[in-house]
Amino acid sequence: MNVVWVIAAVMLAAAAGITMFRMLAGPSTLDRLVALDTLIAVAMCAVGTWAAYSLDSTVVYGIAALSLISFVGSVSVTRFRVPDTRDRGEGERL
Amino acid sequence: MSVADIVSGVLVVGGSALALTAAIGIVRFPDTLSRMHSATKPQVLGLLLVLAGAAVRLRGNVDVGIIVLCGMFTLITAPVVAQRVGQLAYREQVVRDNLLTIDELCEDARGEKR
Repeated sequence: MNVVWVIAAVMLAAAAGITMFRMLAGPSTLDRLVALDTLIAVAMCAVGTWAAYSLDSTVVYGIAALSLISFVGSVSVTRFRVPDTRDRGEGERL
Repeated sequence: MSVADIVSGVLVVGGSALALTAAIGIVRFPDTLSRMHSATKPQVLGLLLVLAGAAVRLRGNVDVGIIVLCGMFTLITAPVVAQRVGQLAYREQVVRDNLLTIDELCEDARGEKR
């Protein structure tokens, strides 16, 4: 049974690392935001995996906090961010 | 090792595999909208699978209700964020036009075909 948790942990760690690359390299702010959302989702998956592995349910509240905080953060960024200046030559489309 | 533990392990590994494929898609896909398509997998389905696995393994615990609540929060908030980010990406032309086969938003906005 331990093999299952090790496989899940390795896949989640690889997912977090790969997503981190996009968050650092992403050409626009929105790419970074999407990558950050994915990273938070992976972190929530990791907390859930830890809860399932250790049979310790005290960390479950962390998942609820992460889901609500990430929602507030993403909506705030899309609402209040400063637009990128790249690719604005042809003007706004809408 | 009971049957419920095996079910839990399968669910957790499935969710983790979805997270990994989504991460690969986020790095490999060319523009913001397709990256959003890829990012939806761990946000909704992968997280729900992992939470279901955790709930199966923690069965009988009082905190299973919080796990169900987390799944509901995710289902409710994910479309809002996706809509905001998608609209912003379209408006700022981060979308590559040659990757779109049909652009219904532009037709609706201007009343003309592109």
